[in-house]
Amino acid sequence: MSAGASLSRLWAVAVKELLQLGRDRLTLAMMVALPVIQLTLFGYAIDTDVRHVPTVVYDQDGSARSRDFARSLQATGFYDLKGEVRGYDEIERALRSGAARVALVFPPRWSADILRGRPAPLQLVVDGSDPQTVASATNTATGLAQARSLALHVRRGEGAPRIELATTTWYNPDLRSAIYIVPGLTGVILTMTMVMITAMAIARERERGTLEQLIVSPLRRGELILGKIVPYVAMGLTQMTSILVLGRLLFGVPIVGSVGLLYSFALVFIAGNLALGLLFSTLAQTQQQAMQMSFFFLLPNILLSGFMFPWDAMPAPMQWLSQALPLTHFLRIVRGVALKGSGFVDLLPEALWMAGILAALLVLTSLRFRKKLA
Amino acid sequence: MRAEPEPKGADPEPKGADPEPKGADPIIATEHLSRRFGDFVAVKDVSLRVDRGEIFGVLGPNGAGKSTTIRMLCGILDPSGGRGTVVGYDVATEAERIKERIGYMTQRFSLYEDLSVRENLRFYAGLYGVPARVRTARVEEVLGAAGLAERRDQIAGTLSGGWKQRVALACATIHAPPLLFLDEPTAGVDPVSRREFWERIHDLSRGGTTVLVTTHYMDEAERCHRLAFIFRGTVLDVGTPDEIVARRGLRCAELIVDGAAEVARSLRALPEVDEVAHYGHVLRLATLGGADPEELAAQVAGRLGARVSQSRPARATVEDAFVSMVRREAQRGRAA
Repeated sequence: MSAGASLSRLWAVAVKELLQLGRDRLTLAMMVALPVIQLTLFGYAIDTDVRHVPTVVYDQDGSARSRDFARSLQATGFYDLKGEVRGYDEIERALRSGAARVALVFPPRWSADILRGRPAPLQLVVDGSDPQTVASATNTATGLAQARSLALHVRRGEGAPRIELATTTWYNPDLRSAIYIVPGLTGVILTMTMVMITAMAIARERERGTLEQLIVSPLRRGELILGKIVPYVAMGLTQMTSILVLGRLLFGVPIVGSVGLLYSFALVFIAGNLALGLLFSTLAQTQQQAMQMSFFFLLPNILLSGFMFPWDAMPAPMQWLSQALPLTHFLRIVRGVALKGSGFVDLLPEALWMAGILAALLVLTSLRFRKKLA
Repeated sequence: MRAEPEPKGADPEPKGADPEPKGADPIIATEHLSRRFGDFVAVKDVSLRVDRGEIFGVLGPNGAGKSTTIRMLCGILDPSGGRGTVVGYDVATEAERIKERIGYMTQRFSLYEDLSVRENLRFYAGLYGVPARVRTARVEEVLGAAGLAERRDQIAGTLSGGWKQRVALACATIHAPPLLFLDEPTAGVDPVSRREFWERIHDLSRGGTTVLVTTHYMDEAERCHRLAFIFRGTVLDVGTPDEIVARRGLRCAELIVDGAAEVARSLRALPEVDEVAHYGHVLRLATLGGADPEELAAQVAGRLGARVSQSRPARATVEDAFVSMVRREAQRGRAA
């Protein structure tokens, strides 16, 4: 059988898929609307920046110095002073009700101790039910306290200044969540939509009886698989573009590196997800089962890929597992290119991972899909 | 296997795209083709010969193994035993070559319901390698032949059953296959559409296409050149409709009798009576072994004191032969 005939069959399938997609207004609308909705939701709602933490002060010292310290804390922007309390029972009530997340406690004679050169500890009571708040709150307060004590040391000439650890943040200096989340979101949305659209594809043909008609035709397995993948690659790239453009317009997310590089690697990523959908499609008997499998697959992607939780903090077995997810690698690529301007060589290992996964999926799918009944 | 009737006369050359490797050989030949699903034997020892250009009917009740046989012949189901060649290729080892040279249509009319008639046809034309430069012309030709020209842009899902059936047949023949498999193609279609469908089948046959069609409609069976009766996975008889009826040795009569039900009951007990049916006062009787049905009925009616007001011989039909054969097999099955 000639390559021309093979291409003609592949083309026939691709055209048919596009025609069907064009007729399926609901799916089409979903594919267009989903990136916009997701971007808005994730971009605005998931804000891991800690700001304006409600704070109460229990000032047992009552001096000008303690009030000054509290005001400096407010001035950082991380803390909103919600008022004063008189005692630990009130602190507990404030934390429990959520009126405050942090309480700053000045012990009695705090300023007097400072003046006498004695250790003058401060207490920061933090609501630990939200670890992210704890980390930010303690960091900021510790920094402020250190700066103050350093200033005291210098002013009073008691020994040389201690060496401070100064942290400088590159690439996203303001540590804004949107900058981090939006590029990653392209990967998540593509995983969601691409897997699902092909997962339905063969299951639908099976349900409607057209699969038997395809099996009895000269269409080869590879032609069917590629014919079902190719049209949706274009759709995936369109989705990605709309997320990146909206990310730029709404959240000012830049693309520092090469757009061409990003799209080339995205092609591999999209094809991988489409192939996975096809594999699900060969396992499912009905469209409903295919849909369930796609949703089931989405969860580990969100949890393990590093989209929401830091990959480096995961236990080793989970890290190994996450290597099998195309999203893990694509996140590094898209964040690398968009935020750091990483180049081809930097990202090649990730691209090879994705290509390997794609190849494995294509082989598995064509093994699963046999041109026979029963 | 029973005796085969003589091969048909000069077969018109099929107008399929590929020259067939063995022109004079039967287009379908199987020997002891079998298929099991677990413990269940769906098809057992089916040996058939189908010649080029004929309309070959496979007749049998639901679950007899008709679809399983067709699927094996199309190369989409592996046989568990026996062998067969279709358009000169082995069903077990050369399935993909067979698939290029056959058309296949089932009662599900597997169309893409969200595509238009023409889009469906263009898709199958691409799938079966109808060359791009003649594709549009070929699609129009098939649309015209099927009387679908005015509905070419209608979405397939909005067509009625009869029209869907036409489109399905058009799709299955878009590549002018030398051999066409039709698996209960008229199930659930109105009588007018059925008749038109069969006219189309005969047109195709005249054009040189061989057609293998399964059905359980007896009137359709009579329109086939030759028939195979399948029951519980085995072939009971093969031949032209007339041969099959003649081989049963059936003689039939229709009578109008008072108390037809009673007469029928007594007749059924007689060994030479094959089948009795009664509808109101009308009694239809089939006998075996040369016994005269009119005489027999008159005797029984006389004994019961029932008056025979009218009596005439009737032509034994394929249905009579089929019912007779199935009943005897069922009895034999119970006895075993």
